[in-house]
Amino acid sequence: MTSLSSHSRSSAVLPLLLLFAGFAAVPFVATALEQPFWISFFARILIYAIAASALNLALGYGGLVSFGHALFMGLGSYAVALPAFHGIASGWAHLALCIGASSLVALAVGAISLRTSGMAFIMITLAFAQMGYFLLVSLKQYGGDDGLPVAATSQFGSLDLGSTLPLYATALVVLALVTWWMAKLRSAPFGMALRGARQNARRINAIGLEARRLQLVAFVISGAICGVSGMLLANLNAFASPSSLAWTVSGELIVMVVLGGIGTVAGPVIGALVFLGLEEVLKGLTEHWMLIFGPLIVVMALVGRRGIVGLIDLWPKAQRSSTPVVVSEGGA
Amino acid sequence: MSAALLFVQLLNGLQYGVLLFLLAAGLTLVFGIMSFVNLAHGSLYMVGAYAAALAYGATGSFALAVLAAMGTALVVGWLLELTIVSRLYRRDHLDHVLATFGLVMFFNEGVRLVWGPQPLFVQVPEVLAGTVQLFGFNYPSYRFAIIAVGLLVAVGSYWLIHKTRVGMLIRAGAQNPQLVGALGVNIGLLNAMLFGVGAMLAGLAGAMAGPLLSVQSGMGEPVLITTLVVIVIGGIGSVNGALYAALIVGVVDTLGRVLLPLVLRQIAERSVADAAGPALASMLVYLLMAVVLALRPQGLFPARRG
Amino acid sequence: MSSLQTEGLVKRYGALLVTDHVSLDIRAGELHAVIGPNGAGKTTLINQLSGELPADEGRIVFGGQDISALPVHQRARTGLLRSYQITSIFEEFSVTENAVLAALAAKRSAWRFWTPMRDDVAACAAAEAAVAAAGLAKHADALAGELAYGQRRQLELAMALAAEPKFLLLDEPMAGMSVQESAAVTELLRGLKGRYTILLVEHDMDAVFALADRISVLVYGSVMFTGTPDEIRAHPEVRAVYLGEETA
Repeated sequence: MTSLSSHSRSSAVLPLLLLFAGFAAVPFVATALEQPFWISFFARILIYAIAASALNLALGYGGLVSFGHALFMGLGSYAVALPAFHGIASGWAHLALCIGASSLVALAVGAISLRTSGMAFIMITLAFAQMGYFLLVSLKQYGGDDGLPVAATSQFGSLDLGSTLPLYATALVVLALVTWWMAKLRSAPFGMALRGARQNARRINAIGLEARRLQLVAFVISGAICGVSGMLLANLNAFASPSSLAWTVSGELIVMVVLGGIGTVAGPVIGALVFLGLEEVLKGLTEHWMLIFGPLIVVMALVGRRGIVGLIDLWPKAQRSSTPVVVSEGGA
Repeated sequence: MSAALLFVQLLNGLQYGVLLFLLAAGLTLVFGIMSFVNLAHGSLYMVGAYAAALAYGATGSFALAVLAAMGTALVVGWLLELTIVSRLYRRDHLDHVLATFGLVMFFNEGVRLVWGPQPLFVQVPEVLAGTVQLFGFNYPSYRFAIIAVGLLVAVGSYWLIHKTRVGMLIRAGAQNPQLVGALGVNIGLLNAMLFGVGAMLAGLAGAMAGPLLSVQSGMGEPVLITTLVVIVIGGIGSVNGALYAALIVGVVDTLGRVLLPLVLRQIAERSVADAAGPALASMLVYLLMAVVLALRPQGLFPARRG
Repeated sequence: MSSLQTEGLVKRYGALLVTDHVSLDIRAGELHAVIGPNGAGKTTLINQLSGELPADEGRIVFGGQDISALPVHQRARTGLLRSYQITSIFEEFSVTENAVLAALAAKRSAWRFWTPMRDDVAACAAAEAAVAAAGLAKHADALAGELAYGQRRQLELAMALAAEPKFLLLDEPMAGMSVQESAAVTELLRGLKGRYTILLVEHDMDAVFALADRISVLVYGSVMFTGTPDEIRAHPEVRAVYLGEETA
């Protein structure tokens, strides 16, 4: 059977491969130019690309507008900082705690939030992230508002994520695997069912699948992967802070996904790159870069949501379909 | 824990709740009738606070400052509604979220550009600087005034919603927005009016909160998020729900922060209590929200039936 | 193919009795039509059968099993599939993808996260057959969102068929169709007779009388009469209440 909707394979595949090639080249180029800052900068992009891809699973494929994904990034960060504070440096321990905590919290938050839909879902996920923020701020013995330095970065045998190059390589590999999986998932039964639930939850139930359960599973996986990005971030910064759970971070992740192309495979990666790149450029121009960035986001919202990948798709051949991506939020 | 302290904290809780109600009342109608997720409501609150602070500094009249706050918030709210918000009504909630997120960024940075990151100091007006006698206890006059104003607004909004024709349209709109539009009501005007009233109330809240909290960039969002919790607990689209939920949240939060550490100290070791106390207290309101949602996802006093 | 019985089904909206002690007996393999004037409660009845609306009283027995407490998706998995009066499909997917997803959902596992859906040979075969049976073979690769109205109704049917149902609940499959389109769908349904138990809710009298083995007349929420098409035609009360008014 060869039929495939045009949405399963976008013409952004080649750009995506080029992008990864570019990412792989960054350490070499940066070292040659004696600009090591670029490695850290691009490591940050890779990490946010992982977080954005995780969000894309819930938001783009699942249609769940989660305004609280920063919670999982924060949990991942503290999954490194807290054990490290108590002298545990094992990367495996950090990873286990990271995935365990993120998954459990995502399960709890998702189960409660999915009892609602639409606006309520957005507000509730935002509220839960805020709760996490306040909880971490109030833990004075773990730094509270000031954050917690990572006493011992994650060690995986001889691999120390505290060093920039190993971290960069790890982040790149993780991003590549996540991206590859998202591509396969798109056409796999679970991915198709999830995307179906976004388009028409009632219909999914009517054909025999429980839309709410599909969404919950997607939310949990999304939270876990996002947690991993937080773990990498803590190692990069050697620091975990409640500010990484700030609601603005959740908002920025959404912007990255939408900017790149919501529901596409390459979208989150491109979105993270463009968002953080643009932010860096604007920061160089003015201290008040948000004064420009804010309106740009407003314009993006007003103009429409195909994203950059949508633009790429339009370019070489006439777009087969004009049906816009439908976002149906929350539970069935 | 003396009775006086408990009473004072209870009133503080009411005062906090009343501020939350001012923010929630307008916002819940915008959510319920226009189905518009307005994350920029906190920015209108901030605009009100700044306008009041500046007007008070310039004229020395707190009454004038409050009026300035409400007026400025109204104008800014209307401008936003006209240029951006009205274009987004038919769109996905995701678009609302993105647009208002961008606006928040803009407002926070704009305020920082003009007045810097340091908070503005607003003094409690002379006439309200003392205390009032309530049931034999002393309570700050200013906070009492806030409670009074808030309750006045609550009564006023009850009268508006239940005793006027406009209020009937609002109630109908909260239950069935499409039908109201189909009945030939000038829905554009109604929406703009609702948005404006909500903005004014937010500005009022900002003006009154000025002397109590710090007036600075980003002050709106923490309060906004608590307001969202209030709306979810009360039920989207329900002003009654907003009032009850706001008072509940205000009291639970305030009393919780005071009582919980004390209670914990009774039952657990001091070091554990001192660590867990503030942490749990800060989570209390969200746990309340979670419980309400688990049992009644539509909120405690929903506007729509069935 | 399975049989379906309802025993004293009741649904109230406040003081209004929308479903009034409805007891239906649909035999395995038959095509049973439910007709009635607008407002008789046909959609409410179907929604209770599919599980989207909980009944206030009464039981639903499907293939000998009491399914009254089962939620929608579990009823679908027992083989009770429905099509919708207002087309409800996956607009962004192709016709085939819609059908394969339906086939997968009812019979196979959707909890697979890697291999493509199109690699599931059994599901694809069922989907292909369903799409052909619904008359959409030529449009198999078309995007559902771009189909013409009549074709979308056919896709509705295809999705129900792809799940290899034991029972088809068809909610006005000919709604909004032209005379020619209705005739085509009538032929389609005639081809399905005997292979599935079908409960057909329809206003199109030509189709109903051409297809039905038995007809139940629903008036003000209760079943006034059940009989063969000839019996219905001859029944004086039915003629007065319903057949006297021509509805599209």
